[in-house]
Amino acid sequence: MRHLLSTRDLDRETAIEILDVAEDMADVAIREVKKLPTLRNKTVINLFFEDSTRTRTSFELAAKRLSADLINFSAKGSSVSKGESLKDTAQTLAAMGADAVVIRHSASGAPRVLADSGWIDAAILNAGDGTHEHPTQALLDAFTIRKRLHGSASRGRDLDGVAVTIVGDILHSRVARSNVWLLNTLGASVRLVAPATLLPPGVEHWPVELGFDLDDAVDAGPDAIMMLRIQAERMHAAYFPSAGEYSRQWGLDDERFNRLRADTMVMHPGPMNRGLEISSRAADSGQSTVLEQVANGVSIRMAVLYLLLSGAVEQGRAS
Amino acid sequence: MKLLITGATLPNGEVTDLLVENGRFAEASDSSKGATVIDASGLQALPGLVDLHTHLREPGFEQSETVLTGSRAAAIGGFTAVHAMANTSPVGDTAAVVEQVHSLGRHHGYVTVRPIGAVTAGLSGERLSEIGAMARSRASVTVFSDDGKCVSDALLMRRALEYVKTFGGVIAQHAQDPRLTEDAQMNEGTLSGELGLVGWPAVAEESVIARDVLLAQHVDARLHICHLSTAGSVEVIRWAKARGIKVTAEVTPHHLLLTEELARGYDSRFKVNPPLRRDEDVQALRSALADGTIDIVATDHAPHPIESKEAAWDDASFGMVGLESALSVVQLAMVDTGMLGWPDVARVLSSKPAEIGRLVGYDRAFAVGSRAQFTLFDPTASRVFDVSSLRGKGVNSPYLGRQLPGRVITTVHDGYPTVLDGELVDAATVAESAGRLDD
Repeated sequence: MRHLLSTRDLDRETAIEILDVAEDMADVAIREVKKLPTLRNKTVINLFFEDSTRTRTSFELAAKRLSADLINFSAKGSSVSKGESLKDTAQTLAAMGADAVVIRHSASGAPRVLADSGWIDAAILNAGDGTHEHPTQALLDAFTIRKRLHGSASRGRDLDGVAVTIVGDILHSRVARSNVWLLNTLGASVRLVAPATLLPPGVEHWPVELGFDLDDAVDAGPDAIMMLRIQAERMHAAYFPSAGEYSRQWGLDDERFNRLRADTMVMHPGPMNRGLEISSRAADSGQSTVLEQVANGVSIRMAVLYLLLSGAVEQGRAS
Repeated sequence: MKLLITGATLPNGEVTDLLVENGRFAEASDSSKGATVIDASGLQALPGLVDLHTHLREPGFEQSETVLTGSRAAAIGGFTAVHAMANTSPVGDTAAVVEQVHSLGRHHGYVTVRPIGAVTAGLSGERLSEIGAMARSRASVTVFSDDGKCVSDALLMRRALEYVKTFGGVIAQHAQDPRLTEDAQMNEGTLSGELGLVGWPAVAEESVIARDVLLAQHVDARLHICHLSTAGSVEVIRWAKARGIKVTAEVTPHHLLLTEELARGYDSRFKVNPPLRRDEDVQALRSALADGTIDIVATDHAPHPIESKEAAWDDASFGMVGLESALSVVQLAMVDTGMLGWPDVARVLSSKPAEIGRLVGYDRAFAVGSRAQFTLFDPTASRVFDVSSLRGKGVNSPYLGRQLPGRVITTVHDGYPTVLDGELVDAATVAESAGRLDD
């Protein structure tokens, strides 16, 4: 694995290997000494063109636990916030000897452009690009589902037969895209629920079931239901009429939460809009995996950094 | 200057010698003596190509292209006339600006440069520009367009269509509903959904064309539609023509060859407006060009500096250069597929665009007494198209690294050569030839 740009590129074997390595990394987190010397002398750069304290911090923690040197290079608001300078920024980082670049960018495909450009030789890790993909989020979600289902017997397992419902703004969600491809690769069945305005064009060709009605999806009794963050500004572009209507139609309120199976996982990539797409009761219940997702995020990012920088997965395994 | 072209194959297949004297075709049997002889055996002679849609960028964006560099790109592509779009800075919306562009073209002499005037002042879409002043200027503007932007206001479009009738002009519409294409990045479809790029739906083009053909019918005016890109647009134009509406349409070489699949790698060389569409659209555009529903091929040559393409897709500029590659791409997409013959190529790339632009001298190609505008093309050549194939400032060609058929060997503009042996004649010599003609 040379780069991690999308989950679409991952085959089942590689995906499971990442999840398994993350299990090992999770074991490190519960030791007294939480640090491994594995990536000593490696330089990891967090290149964030978009604010994201959570994701940036998660990668930072992951790199530090592996003893890598971690530099935060915030491009937001500085002279490098525009795309033309992606090249200059990349070449600057290359000159500084970066071994891996974790990039978050508002433009879909920016990590791919960086990886294909020849401007920099480092491993490129997509930490969220526009409305395209957010592969480590999907990996940590899959890890979380597997862990809840199989606990300490998770290693080596896929998600065959697991039913996952993703609800909300699929159109603008990189989390949804990465999850659809990865969950499908791992054998899970995915159902998307959203108003028609927030489904991507051509979604009928995706390997998913589609629905507009959240009540139907709730009553179908999924193993996990993933609520996506809705941006209230979307109503200004006529995607839906009001936050209230969105919440009534596509929010996981108490009544819908009560109707879920008692063991249905309630997932959210965060940050949550409590009272809008998810009720506090659902978010704070024992079924909620929200905080596990955060913790697992560090393990997944450690696993990916380790695999990219130690060359542990042979090139070519990931297509 | 006297030129004798020997053994050229005319579009109709006839092999003949051509004598050029004092800028015009003359009887080859007479006074060929003393003429510079150009051996054209095995070469396809075509009338000088006329581009109805070129961005020369001067004044204002000389880092992208100038009248001189764009003219050189045109000449090496076999063109002898180009129509320069008005989205310069200042905008080509006054007699002063269009006369400047026109006179730069005359001075450099590689091609006839015909400025296109803006429909609305400053391309703002708010009020008409001084169409009459531009039409009556030394640049004799006949084509008006806000290209790059759509004249989206229906009333303004109606008035523009009516008003240009006064001067025998035509409105060339860039059909793109602005609201339906806010932040649009590529063709809207399954691929845009997967790539997470904002879609540019076909309906944003088709709905504007539908409205405009009805407006043209209502006011009985001529209308030209720029760069048709969808199968649906073809259907609307076909319907309009069947009803006798005076509409003409163009397609770019890249929309005849390339599809949206090229966006998959986020390589911004393939970012263009209107965007590359589906294979079904490409096939429909080819058929429409073959059956005459689409009248002409126009390049939409759109040079950009390197830095505006070396960027993430969203941040990169729209546009491709196309003058140098146009004829090769038309050969590949239309001639080699058997959909067009060389007489058709002469029509869609020369006589018909000249007719739409009211450019004189292109209606009787190769006839004795006609202005000598032509190009000699080797359709048997094959080359890997690369940066060295380009002559303008822009290197944003979608064909770099691609095998393309055919090659321009000679171009003659107003009776003097601008391209010889496959290379441009130097600028000083061409300017001198052009100047001598002016005297």
